[in-house]
Amino acid sequence: MTLLNMNMLLASAALPQDKKDIWMPEQASTFAPGVDWLFYGILYVCIFFFVLITALTLFFVVKYHRKSPTQETGGPTHNWFLEITWCAIPLAIVGWMWFEGFRGFMEMRTNPKSGDAMRVIVNAQKWSWDFTYSNGAVTPDLHVPAGAKVVLSMNSLDVLHAFYVNTFRAKMDIVPGRINEMWFEPNLPGEYWLQCAEYCGDEHSRMRAKVYVYEDQAAFDAWLESYDPYKGLEPIAAGKLVFESKGCTQCHNVTGVNGIGPSLKGAIGRERAFTDGSKLVTDANYIRESVLDPKAKIVEGFEPVMPSYKGRMADKEINFLIEYLLDASKN
Amino acid sequence: MTSTSVIDKTAQSGDHGPENYLTCASGIKSWLGTLDHKRIGLMYLICITFAFTAAGLMALVIRAELFAPGEQLVSPSTYNQLFTLHGAMMVFLFIIPGIPAALGNFVIPMMLGAKDVAFPKLNLTSWYLWVTGAVFFVMALGFGGLDTGWTLYPPYSTTTSSAVVLSVMGAFILGFSSIATGINFIVTIQKMRPEGMGWFQMPLSLWAFYATAVIQVLATPVLGITLLMLIAERTLEVGFFTPSMGGVPVLFQHFFWFYSHPAVYIMILPAMGVISELITTFSHKRPFSYSFIAYSSIAIAIFGFLVWGHHMFTTQSPVANMVFSLLTFSVSIPSAVKVFNWLTTMYKGSISLATPMMHALSFLLLFSIGGLTGLFLGTLSVDIPLHDTYFVVAHFHYVMMGGTFVAFLGALYYWWPKMFGRMYNEFWGRIAAVGVFIGFNLTFFPQFIAGSQGMPRRYFDYLPQFQIYHQWSTVGAFVLGGSILIAALNLLSSLRNGKKAPANPWGSPGLEWVASSPPSHYNFDEDVPGRDPYDMELVEWGGSPEVGYVPSAKAKAAFEEARKKASAHGRAH
Repeated sequence: MTLLNMNMLLASAALPQDKKDIWMPEQASTFAPGVDWLFYGILYVCIFFFVLITALTLFFVVKYHRKSPTQETGGPTHNWFLEITWCAIPLAIVGWMWFEGFRGFMEMRTNPKSGDAMRVIVNAQKWSWDFTYSNGAVTPDLHVPAGAKVVLSMNSLDVLHAFYVNTFRAKMDIVPGRINEMWFEPNLPGEYWLQCAEYCGDEHSRMRAKVYVYEDQAAFDAWLESYDPYKGLEPIAAGKLVFESKGCTQCHNVTGVNGIGPSLKGAIGRERAFTDGSKLVTDANYIRESVLDPKAKIVEGFEPVMPSYKGRMADKEINFLIEYLLDASKN
Repeated sequence: MTSTSVIDKTAQSGDHGPENYLTCASGIKSWLGTLDHKRIGLMYLICITFAFTAAGLMALVIRAELFAPGEQLVSPSTYNQLFTLHGAMMVFLFIIPGIPAALGNFVIPMMLGAKDVAFPKLNLTSWYLWVTGAVFFVMALGFGGLDTGWTLYPPYSTTTSSAVVLSVMGAFILGFSSIATGINFIVTIQKMRPEGMGWFQMPLSLWAFYATAVIQVLATPVLGITLLMLIAERTLEVGFFTPSMGGVPVLFQHFFWFYSHPAVYIMILPAMGVISELITTFSHKRPFSYSFIAYSSIAIAIFGFLVWGHHMFTTQSPVANMVFSLLTFSVSIPSAVKVFNWLTTMYKGSISLATPMMHALSFLLLFSIGGLTGLFLGTLSVDIPLHDTYFVVAHFHYVMMGGTFVAFLGALYYWWPKMFGRMYNEFWGRIAAVGVFIGFNLTFFPQFIAGSQGMPRRYFDYLPQFQIYHQWSTVGAFVLGGSILIAALNLLSSLRNGKKAPANPWGSPGLEWVASSPPSHYNFDEDVPGRDPYDMELVEWGGSPEVGYVPSAKAKAAFEEARKKASAHGRAH
């Protein structure tokens, strides 16, 4: 990862041993122990009943195997004691599951008071994520300190998505047209996968990002303070980073082959036809307009599916992008 | 009651024994215009088999694609169409009509000692509606396919360029087919029970078919309305569900699941019904606690309406979730009761491991896993990491395929001799049953692990850590596919090579086994009186498999008495 800095490397070097087993992955948030405890509780109940059912089935099949077509049969056809028992015991067990599940869930869905929490604004779009921090920095991956209560304020710019970090045991649907808030407290430094868990189209399965959990607040603050992904980069290289980190590559490329969106090789300085029938020789301002107001001009043969980057891409970044596209069109 | 039929009973008499419903008329018109419930059942059987084959082949392509991360066989957009159509076709074209419309159509009137269902013309109309709906699905394939997932969630479904309107029209029409079948079965079971058969003398499968039909009639209209709203949203831009038009996406999810969760019970209840028949017949004894099994079908139908919100645990408010979690657990009790009752039915039985019973036992174990894993998903906090992962995919395949499909196969083997008058090869039947069981577990058990490890569903590509589970699953899918092929070949070859089936090969006292195999056009040659479908003293072993079971002296006496009564009744008029 190009964005990984020294702090992060230190953090991953200090990763504790994986405590994975065949079912649940490592526990990286304060939710995980409670969820796993209940998961294994239910698992043991299930194993008990499954073994009971299987053993009785096999036993009966062997013991009462039909030896002759006229074999006598017997046994009761009704037994109140049995029937009440096998209603009451499962009822009590599922009652416990319901109560414990609800208790754990309330913890997940009761956001901490705003003073105690670190807030991150999340934008989900087909098919990328961006994260905005208190100082206005925007990253394509999520960075959080261990031990902090993190509240995510999530928006979808197009269709349904879901924020899913399994090592945190955290998931929530992101419904467009409303703000979806969730929280978690990471407690195991390391890097984890964030995956989209609500089907959102062609690149749904590749709509993923990394979650970097820093050792502590100080390590995170140091990262955030020094965060400037373009530091020391020439405009063309900076533009390449914009192109690759802002989700552009999910639909566009500079190879000349169209994807879900038109290829941007030679995107500046040639005549293009649009769905409204107009034609235009494109220039740098056309690129700028397409970033900030993508639905203004749709190239013929494509769907109007790109979300706006207004407020999510700084002028400086658009300039870098244009430099990169001009350069990439040369060869 | 009807006696009308386009088929002229005297049209033709085959060379092979007495005339039956298959030989009494020939030619394509005698099939496409038939009002005979048995022929309509067979036409359903043929059609749903095609739909199952198509949707099953799609599943094999999906599994082959997932053998390794990245692109193997198909593009992401083709993959999305494949899993969407696999789900939509399996649900709407196979599982929902599977047991009721194909097998139920054939056996329900016979279990009642009746000539036909209450509304034979409506029955045929149902089939034509099914065919029309299926044609819409095929047309949708030609006009851009469908890539929304079978759940059709907006705003994706209101903005995608695939053929949403055509597919939704197909599902809408199929809904009417389902409603019509439901009405027909309700009236048939309610009004056409023979004299002497009260509600609690009915075969248990009729309770299940009845409960299913009630759900079909009450829930399917909600789906119809929802689908029309979706069509209006796309064509007229009304703004029910799309935020950019002022709509609320979650509203659609509530409407959709208000039908589609009860629909899960439309799919599983008939399976539970036929399993009750198989286990009692092949244990050759009365079911343990008839009334609990019967009432549990009704309880499942009622609770099934109240749990739709558990599909939105990651979306909606904690209070709603608490209530839906509680209601979801409540539906687990009647299902558990059924499993315990089936088990106890085998106690001190005379258990035959004939092919249908192999499927019933397979169902018992697979359905138990399917039901038990539902407990993880009903538990709110545990559901959060598992929601929308392969854990859910595995869970509902254990219920829908390990449950309903295996029960369908078992029921098909069970009534096959009645339907066609031929016995299939027992050896290959059992081999295929074991193959389906092993292949199924190999396919879907690893998916529980993949899901708890964090593999989201509907993924074309995946992280390399999940590959091992996908590989097991893909190998299992081909074992499963091969075993189903063996089952199909065995059944088909029995039509030509199978031994002739006796009227009652398994020894069930159910009325359908009183008729000859295959039955005559009007099922029974005389009026049959109702009788206890689980009184094993009504049948006795005929001495050889060729003869099967024959009516006992007790059964003959009861028939004789009914005949006397009928003729006395006739003289009185």
